[in-house]
Amino acid sequence: MDLTLRIWRQPRHDTPGDFVSYQVTGVPEEASFLEMLDLLNEQLSERGEEPVVFESDCREGICGTCGLMIDGRPHGPWGNTATCQLHMRAYADGDEITIEPWRATGFPVIKDLAVDRSAFDRIIEAGGYISTPTGAAPDANLIPVDKATADRAFEAAACIGCGACVAACPNGAAQLFAGAKVAQLNMLPQGQPERYQRAANVVDTMEAFFGSCTNHGECQAACPKDISIDFIAWLNRDYRKAKLSGRQAG
Amino acid sequence: MQLDAKVPEGPIEEKWDHHRFNLRLVNPNNKRRFRILVVGSGLAGASAAATLGELGYQVTVLTYHDSPRRAHSIAAQGGINAAKNYRNDGDSVHRLFHDTVKGGDYRSREANVYRLAQVSNEIIDQATAQGVPFAREYGGLLDNRSFGGAQVSRTFYARGQTGQQLLLGAYQAMMRQVHAGTVDLHNRVEVLDVVVHDGRARGVIARDLLTGEVLRYSAHAVVLATGGYSNAFFLSTNAKMCNATAIWRAHRKGALMANPCFTQIPPTCLPQSDETQSKLTLMSESLRNDGRVWVPQSHDEDRHPGDIPEADRDYYLERMYPAFGNLVPRDIASRAAKRMIDENRGVGPLKNGVYLDFADAIQRLGADRVAERYGNLFEIYERITGEAPYKVPMRIYPAPHYTMGGLWVDYNLETTIPSLYAIGEANFSDHGANRLGASALMQGLADGYFVLPYTIGDGLAPRLGEEPLPTDHEAFEEAAAQVRGRVEGLLSVNGSRTVDWFHRQLGRILWDYCGMSRNQPGLEKAITEIKALREEFYSDVNVTGSSDDYNQALEKAGRVQDFFELGELMCRDALYREESCGGHFREEHQTDDGEALRDDERFAHVAAWGWRGLGEEPSLTVEPLEYENVTIATRSYK
Repeated sequence: MDLTLRIWRQPRHDTPGDFVSYQVTGVPEEASFLEMLDLLNEQLSERGEEPVVFESDCREGICGTCGLMIDGRPHGPWGNTATCQLHMRAYADGDEITIEPWRATGFPVIKDLAVDRSAFDRIIEAGGYISTPTGAAPDANLIPVDKATADRAFEAAACIGCGACVAACPNGAAQLFAGAKVAQLNMLPQGQPERYQRAANVVDTMEAFFGSCTNHGECQAACPKDISIDFIAWLNRDYRKAKLSGRQAG
Repeated sequence: MQLDAKVPEGPIEEKWDHHRFNLRLVNPNNKRRFRILVVGSGLAGASAAATLGELGYQVTVLTYHDSPRRAHSIAAQGGINAAKNYRNDGDSVHRLFHDTVKGGDYRSREANVYRLAQVSNEIIDQATAQGVPFAREYGGLLDNRSFGGAQVSRTFYARGQTGQQLLLGAYQAMMRQVHAGTVDLHNRVEVLDVVVHDGRARGVIARDLLTGEVLRYSAHAVVLATGGYSNAFFLSTNAKMCNATAIWRAHRKGALMANPCFTQIPPTCLPQSDETQSKLTLMSESLRNDGRVWVPQSHDEDRHPGDIPEADRDYYLERMYPAFGNLVPRDIASRAAKRMIDENRGVGPLKNGVYLDFADAIQRLGADRVAERYGNLFEIYERITGEAPYKVPMRIYPAPHYTMGGLWVDYNLETTIPSLYAIGEANFSDHGANRLGASALMQGLADGYFVLPYTIGDGLAPRLGEEPLPTDHEAFEEAAAQVRGRVEGLLSVNGSRTVDWFHRQLGRILWDYCGMSRNQPGLEKAITEIKALREEFYSDVNVTGSSDDYNQALEKAGRVQDFFELGELMCRDALYREESCGGHFREEHQTDDGEALRDDERFAHVAAWGWRGLGEEPSLTVEPLEYENVTIATRSYK
């Protein structure tokens, strides 16, 4: 199929960007969306034009590197699907597709479709872990965890850190990302000792980079891993308890 | 050159204990006086960085990703082995050791593998304490499943995302150290050379991927945790950015490269669907626990798989290997699939796959249980192909995945360049000629959490008081100038073909002649063709853009440049090794029924290659492999 692409081009983070239209030809319907962009870049390179910068790595929907706003939807038209897993059979010959980077204050544009998501690392650094120095762990079966809790923790832990939740949020908030990590660790017995401190540290750091949650729920709809906004409730509850009991970030 | 693997004396069960006692220690207060560079942030790199940071060393982590959490360990699906024997089914450290040596077709170093099996249990404890949500049973205890090449159930898993969960555990442990100030993390930085002075690794030269600035990092020790090189094949299960540049540049500076032809091509990948295909997806081998592999009996079968009656199907793995059936090790299952395709019995539009059928499992267990075990894998499959494995059998075919070869390391994980270490997939160590499923995660984390943090201290202890080489030292100047020269060289060709075009050509040569099945004329041809293609690359590649900008074409060009040289060495090693073992199958060396035929008289050794210049024959040094604790036997899964 042949397609018209309207792609955001922006040479640097501090220069203005704009949409540029491109024709890409001969796209097989078996191709993935990113393979379609590879093909565009090949065609641009052959013409001596500079390829479009977009980021991706595993192309299996798990590393979280890719992430494009496609026709106004994070990761495009398919639900629960990262951009790299979107395939061209979703489109028809002659379609026009608009492709933008994530738009959020917390994710400054680097170049074209690439954004800086290192604020997510800062959130994890602030408390997205259980303090267990290597070698200090007891036998893994010493503390049983009921299956329902373990499964629920897994669902929260499935987050790939792509940032679609932030991109989808009208406020550019990162509550779903932070909530998923805090909920995973805070519902497990291993995570109890640092539970409230963790919630406080994570939220305080998050607020330095991202907007505030006003319960739109757009994040859950955009999440390629179908992470539930219930985890935001976990985060809020533990944060409230942390602040009320005075166990604040040190 | 003589290779000293530094394997400790004594009975195998006691070697690691004795060795740990004999290793020199760095006093806790002195650890902060040593700087260690860790290159790569996957399971091996992140776990090493976290642990070294906890110990108090000054650690710098370099990764080309935008976040360390992206490293490709994240894509491992199936699980991680450990000798916990929680199933009470006869597992033990010795059995895990034995299975791994046998699975590797007797081409790995016994002492390393034993140690790996010994520390495997600690990894499970460590990960569980970090909050890794492993699968559990209703009683709240950890669940296990079986994997190819083993007759016990020893694999721990987190649905089909075990690698993700273990990596996030290691990443989070590392980020805790970033917060504590012991780990200094540099994202979007790609290492392009290793600095060696007075025969010792002193640091690295890297490029800031956003600004193009050439950076210099100096340290007392350098740890390469940069993963494998399957992307030499272009189409592989590796992530797009996976590359061999750091290990290859270390090789060019004097580190020997061991068994580079040992590449793993597992059977459960999705077949290529079209010409634009950029990578192949591996579905977890755990699918073979419940899926049955088959092809039609007839060459010209054109019925829908559901309409093909039992009598017209050939469940060839169950037929050929009744004892292990669909759970034979990867190399064996892959070669059998290749044989079916070669016999023209492939399935799918391009006749390039075999069926993996869950109909029996769904009947036996119910769709819900099957969904619980494999739901996310089925979803991945359906997104890519548009077909639901609940209704239509999956189509699978082998693809390059893991590389058992890598930088030669001794028992301390140190390369032949002192103070340069290689851990995880980047080294050659523990898997011999074939890696068993669920043992890559085990090895990466064993190296990072429980081996390197001990052994690295032994090399550092006597150097107390020594400062790292200043980054304006001539060794750094020279290496930085070379890197700049290489970058500018790539940009100045201004030829007519894209980097990807060259990479696809190289991949095609390697796949055809150095893939699942190899022979002398083919390998000789490949070596000639790779050289010619490399020369064409230098005269006709087109790299757009500039060096002082975020330039992805330039990044790729540098990686492909190194894949040419590595690809040639892979072929040379495959040509040299006149036997079949594990993933290395030489057509000249097979039994009457087409199984691999090892030659233990001539090739029970590690082939370690040294760089002698571009276009020069590499040097060869061998490390003999001696087996005192397993009996070398023909690997049989029948």
